Amino acid sequence: MKVAGQSVPRVDGPAKVTGRARYALDLTVPGMTHGAVARSDRAHARILSVDTGEAEAVNGVLEVITGASLAPLDLRFGHVVRDHPALAVDRVLYHGEPVALVVAETRRAAERAARLVSVDYEDLPAVMDADEALGEGAPVLHPERIERTKDEGLDQGGEALVGNLCAAADFGWGDVDAALAAADLVLEGEYRYPMLYGYAMEPYNAIASFEEGSLVVYSTAQHPYMVREDLARIFALPLARVRVVVPYVGGGYGSKSYTKVEPLAALGAYVTGRPVRVALSVEESILTTRSDGARVRARSAFAADGTLLARDFDVVMDSGAYTDNSPVVCAKLANRCFGPYRIGAVRVRVRSAFTNTVPASSLRGFGAPQGNLAGELQMDDAADRLGIDALALRLKNVVRPGEEILPGKRGIDADLPADLDLLTTSLGWPNAPEGRGIGFGISASDAGAHPTSVAMVRLHADGSASAAVGATELGQGSRTVLSQILAEQLGLPMEKVAIVAADTGVTPYERTTGASRTTALVGRSLMAACADAKRRVAELAGEGAEFADAIKAFFGAGGEIIGVGAVRRHGEFRKMPPFWEIGCSGVVAAVDAETGRVRVEQLSTVGDVGFAINPALVHGQDLGAATMGLGAALSEQLVYDGQTLANPNVVDYRVPRCSDIPERLDQILAQRQDGIGPYGAKGAGEGTLNPVGAAVAAAVGRIVGRYPRELPLTPERVWRLAQTEDARV
Amino acid sequence: MSATTITTRINGREQTLRVDNAELLLDLLRDRGLTGAKPSCEMEVCGACTVQLDGLPVSACTTLAVELDGRSVETVEHLDAGGELHPVQQAFLERSALQCGFCTPGMVMTAKALLESNPQPTRDEVTHWLEGSICRCTGYEPIVDAVLTAAQKMAA
Ligand code: FES
Ligand code: FES
Repeated sequence: MKVAGQSVPRVDGPAKVTGRARYALDLTVPGMTHGAVARSDRAHARILSVDTGEAEAVNGVLEVITGASLAPLDLRFGHVVRDHPALAVDRVLYHGEPVALVVAETRRAAERAARLVSVDYEDLPAVMDADEALGEGAPVLHPERIERTKDEGLDQGGEALVGNLCAAADFGWGDVDAALAAADLVLEGEYRYPMLYGYAMEPYNAIASFEEGSLVVYSTAQHPYMVREDLARIFALPLARVRVVVPYVGGGYGSKSYTKVEPLAALGAYVTGRPVRVALSVEESILTTRSDGARVRARSAFAADGTLLARDFDVVMDSGAYTDNSPVVCAKLANRCFGPYRIGAVRVRVRSAFTNTVPASSLRGFGAPQGNLAGELQMDDAADRLGIDALALRLKNVVRPGEEILPGKRGIDADLPADLDLLTTSLGWPNAPEGRGIGFGISASDAGAHPTSVAMVRLHADGSASAAVGATELGQGSRTVLSQILAEQLGLPMEKVAIVAADTGVTPYERTTGASRTTALVGRSLMAACADAKRRVAELAGEGAEFADAIKAFFGAGGEIIGVGAVRRHGEFRKMPPFWEIGCSGVVAAVDAETGRVRVEQLSTVGDVGFAINPALVHGQDLGAATMGLGAALSEQLVYDGQTLANPNVVDYRVPRCSDIPERLDQILAQRQDGIGPYGAKGAGEGTLNPVGAAVAAAVGRIVGRYPRELPLTPERVWRLAQTEDARV
Repeated sequence: MSATTITTRINGREQTLRVDNAELLLDLLRDRGLTGAKPSCEMEVCGACTVQLDGLPVSACTTLAVELDGRSVETVEHLDAGGELHPVQQAFLERSALQCGFCTPGMVMTAKALLESNPQPTRDEVTHWLEGSICRCTGYEPIVDAVLTAAQKMAA
């Protein structure tokens, strides 16, 4: 291989260092107007009336749009359940929900007018806690349930959805109760994982316009094809007449998956006939999407020799006001919580609850970090109690290559014992430096999502080639890696290939850019497209012909050859998941005894990626994801104070800063070419994050003598933990 | 709304502008097509909007446009005006110090200002200087490496 496997420079690097890379926020279109959102100041209320008079009187205001003013349009969107109105119609379900959109000639006029929209509410009882929401007598957020969209890849079924149950997952095998009764050691505990904000630095924004009967939207969407579906349904347009274009995206991490502000911008354009930009602030972005918090009750049963006999998980997720992606998070949390271990009996029950809070959706690794905290900490605790080394305990129970962890699913396409060995060697386990603690853990995520990808390759008359793919460039380096695959397959230098991406009017269908799927799945569809193009060249000009010659021979002048390729849930992609994404991360940490402040001094990760098509990019994903994990472990959490968010800004919601980065970083690559992607690659980008919370908690627990059960490990929380006299409980 | 006439230099070009008194420097620049500086936190904590005002790094999101009067502002777009990338930009490319790139213009301008005031910073000094600049993608290490690499390039 010539190009694949090399850390070639990012194709978007020069544009990004010179400030010339275009993000949705940098675009303008002729005649563009500005939309600003008026938001609910109630957590749960009936809308009696909306007075828009004062707002309309502001100089420069074109329209003040309310949910009620838009009838008969059905404003609801949602990829699993269409229950999320772009603008509240008759009720608001959370503080911060959009109730009106002001469109004005300038952003400032729109914002000023939005503050003047006055809503008359009748307050309803609100429920702010997930357990309470599922209890008797709680106010019900969605008395009329809307049917699921019946999408094979998203509809996970589950128990009957009544009351505030948004979604549920329930499965298991073996006799858990018998195993618990017979075990030498049973651990039981309740763990909490906070609700988080992705803080992609480019806030949600979109520009929409109606042009010649088509709706054209520029946006920050990670999954433009899913946004296209929502928009097509709201405006009763064929998919062919909705074009969603996604330029460079200023960070995604899952927080830009699915529909956000696109319907608002489109409604503004629909009503005014002018192009409309809706650009949210960071505070408004926090009020748009967060991740699911979770309360996890876990039991683990062990034999005296360390054999993991049974696991029993009961989880309640706080999913906020609307369904959004929580059913998928719920299903993934269930699949990911008990870990990649050989376990005779498993029982998992996860329930996702509606509450009157910001709707939760997707965020990097979703479901995995929430469950991993409980699962891995119980491995550490059990090791201590059984007098077995924590690494030995894991090695005893961890699955071997090819073994299933979920019945009927793809076997594990990774070598976990070898990964653990690499990791613990890097960490110096079990010999922590004086006064320090080591913590580490593993996870396995059913990654890749539903494997649908289509790619198109165009061979040009001058011997260059371009490919059109639907994947978005979020910073992960998709355009660079896909360029490398294209160059490798066609035997061209990087300078002669180009990727055109993420324009639903131009590029072929792509399911999502999430679940670490682009390199593996888009990569494979691109390889198929290259093979198809080469087959056409051979047909036209014989085996081994140069494609430039074939084009010339066939067309005489001009022309090009097109190849298409697709990946679908068929053949080698039939078995789900398409690949497993492994997490294998650990830390060395210190605790300041006086303040409880935790300092992570070393962060080691093993990227079990099969094959690194661009090692520098994989390194970037592994470190970046693990750093997000450190944020959740140490400082990040969205906190409700009564019915409102107490910290909707990046001062009070603290993400990692430069000085938080550990002195020692070791990002190890394990390349065994055991993945389904090009050249044996698998996905990266989430794995290293998933075990970090538990790893930091384990390290802290080893220092203070008691394992924490709740993140983030704020100084106060750690200090209190250290003061507790109890032995480990 | 009242407005003021100011004389300023933007990326080396002197100009006289009529600006609204409440207008922010960030909006003034972006409205003129200089979209390298980005709005993110809009409260002076993330550094995405950093430009140099008379050589000093400032957050354009919290600086008023009228403050430009008689002063000179440089944005990321100006760094390769001579046809070549600035050593800081080259170093960011070499050290893979960017992913989504949204923080990058601010990081580059912050780093350039550091190296102009302290041409040979230690690793700790770089870390300290970058404390006011958030990057959510990279985990910072490659950015710190890039600044140190740029210092070497500029000394050579
Ligand atoms: S946008 Fe100016 S510092 Fe964040
Ligand atoms: S590269 Fe994305 S925020 Fe820094």
